[in-house]
Amino acid sequence: MTTNHATDANQPARRTITIDPVTRIEGHAKISIHLDAAGAVDTARFHVTEYRGFEKFCEGRPFTEMAGITARICGICPVSHLLAAAATGDKILAVQIPPAAEKLRRLMNLAQITQSHALSFFHLSSPDFLLGWESDSAKRNIFGLIAANPELARSGIRLRQFGQGVIEALGGRKIHAAWAVPGGVRSPLSPETRDQIRQDLPDAFAIAEQGLALFKHLLDTQLREEMEVFGHFPSLFMGLVRSEGTWEHSSGRHCAGIRVMASDGSLVADGLKEDDYASFLAEAVEPWSYLKFPYIKALGPEAGSYRVGPLARLNLCERIGTERADRELLELRQRGGRVVTASFLYHLARLIEILACLEQMEQLLDDPELTATHVRARASVNCHEAVGVSEAPRGTLLHHYRVDANGLIERVNLIIATGQNNSAMNRTITQIARHYLDGNNLSEALLNRVEAGIRCFDPCLSCSTHAAGQMPLQVQLFSSEGELLQQRRRD
Amino acid sequence: MSVCTLRINERDVAVPTGTTLLEAARQASIPIPTLCFLEGLSAVAACRLCLVEVSGADGREEPRLLAACVTTATEGMRVQTHTPRLQEIRRTVVELLFTEGNHVCAICVANGHCELQNMAVEVGMDHSRLPYRFPDRRVDLSHAQFGLDHNRCILCTRCVRVCDEVEGAHVWDVGWRGEHCQIISGLGEPWGAVEACTHCGKCVDVCPTGALFHKADTNEEKHGHPERLQALVHARTHQEWSP
Repeated sequence: MTTNHATDANQPARRTITIDPVTRIEGHAKISIHLDAAGAVDTARFHVTEYRGFEKFCEGRPFTEMAGITARICGICPVSHLLAAAATGDKILAVQIPPAAEKLRRLMNLAQITQSHALSFFHLSSPDFLLGWESDSAKRNIFGLIAANPELARSGIRLRQFGQGVIEALGGRKIHAAWAVPGGVRSPLSPETRDQIRQDLPDAFAIAEQGLALFKHLLDTQLREEMEVFGHFPSLFMGLVRSEGTWEHSSGRHCAGIRVMASDGSLVADGLKEDDYASFLAEAVEPWSYLKFPYIKALGPEAGSYRVGPLARLNLCERIGTERADRELLELRQRGGRVVTASFLYHLARLIEILACLEQMEQLLDDPELTATHVRARASVNCHEAVGVSEAPRGTLLHHYRVDANGLIERVNLIIATGQNNSAMNRTITQIARHYLDGNNLSEALLNRVEAGIRCFDPCLSCSTHAAGQMPLQVQLFSSEGELLQQRRRD
Repeated sequence: MSVCTLRINERDVAVPTGTTLLEAARQASIPIPTLCFLEGLSAVAACRLCLVEVSGADGREEPRLLAACVTTATEGMRVQTHTPRLQEIRRTVVELLFTEGNHVCAICVANGHCELQNMAVEVGMDHSRLPYRFPDRRVDLSHAQFGLDHNRCILCTRCVRVCDEVEGAHVWDVGWRGEHCQIISGLGEPWGAVEACTHCGKCVDVCPTGALFHKADTNEEKHGHPERLQALVHARTHQEWSP
């Protein structure tokens, strides 16, 4: 780590602190904290500094390739794009996919949510809670966790392995399995593979319960302040719900559409169809980030900002619909209210969703229709514009394609979960910086907390590896005129 | 039947007169890589992967580079099939094929079943030493059943030959010149507008890459079927029709 004083640190002007890059998130970003002339935090900004251009280079490609192409956006949650692209493709074919295919897609999404949440909680975030904010940054990672709590680390790895194993059993490979296709899926599930998945479920349940017990204990003992400070504010929440208002993660026959709820529990909108997203969603653009800022159009960029993802999904549903997860949901609401507004509880919501996924997988595996062999409907282009939706681990994912008469892509719009949490992430880091920043003291603990505030949302900025050992980090302090005052960096 | 004797890689090989060097080598179990060549179709020496070093022919002693698929074996010919020079040429040829088009294996319909991909492995192309050109090419999905992605075409002309020589429809040709050279259907019309097309799918079966494919094919789903053509040609030639 280096410290760079670009100018007199006592200068009484507005300054900016930048953390670049933020580590243990999916992709690269930096954080800048803007101070006012009095030295108090004015605003904090989460900058996404990479541009990838998927929406542009997909133009001219057959729509049948979109699942394969868009899955490459990420190595952590390729299944989410795969399913959203396949759902959009179904609509271009204008077919109702076979019931077995729909159930198999649901099974894969449940496995995807499980493995991604396990990665987020056990690998990426738990080192913060278990090793402490002041601990050596070189050791505050999965390897430090292995040294400090090998059993927990192993459990996390096993749970992720379980989810990845289900994805591989269905799609033939763990990452980028182009198995879901327009019209259904490529291959059915054999009874033998189904039985193997069922055999591995008890261990996964045990790990999920272990993670829940541990995190709830931490919340009750040493993470009370984080709950109050890490992005605790009212906002809207958006996501899919199932008919009867239960928890939902996929579009399909029983999906009741998109619901928008205010933090007082009132419904702002319900039963919205993904096809109409352009009528209720708009995107603001800021010059300092490649990540857009979606908002509910009718309410404007400020009042219309919303959160998506595990916490949103749990807030939106009346109940989950499975016994163990519903018990945990009740406890979450006792802890945080009917609509939980503390972003730190995204972590708890993730663990509850893992439990919900495992229970729903158990139910699906008992369904005799799951192993039916008719899994793909065939048709040609019957519709020239379609929007598909799926709940990715990080939130609602929308794919919008327009194709020509032959099925070549003319226009693509992808609305990604992380983008929808953009405003909330900025508010979260502002809140954390206001609470913890003490004058010019860019303490390691402050930087770690600001980073961890971002990690509550488990942002997926694109595929990225998570460096072993020392994490790269950069913090910059600017004056109100934009002059660099101080910089801290570790490579 | 007259026979000629030649040496391939220091081995004496006797073949009937009129045999090509490629056939002679294969009869002697000496593999020579090919992409445009396909048994059952005429040979055109388009890909240049089957180049071999030939000496002792026509009284010439210095080794010459000749395409094995169209060079006839003659008495006393000496042939080398895998010298370092040839291996370098073959790798460069494959690199040129990759850099000249837009071959993105990860999202290709033929990924895992592609002759170009296999050839890259065979010649040891672990990366390209040449800059990629990223040409702006189109996809033709106008046909009811099949698609043509010019990005993935290596101009082997198997489709042109199978359609002309076996199906007799002659839908395909090679149009334009130089870097603009591409396969065309009809007289440069969209494939779906060419009435001569019988929808037989032979061109798709023999295409070595993902350039020609079934429209429903997604990532990795296309498998080539050159054996279908070969079975048909064998049956016609020998009047042996399998039940």
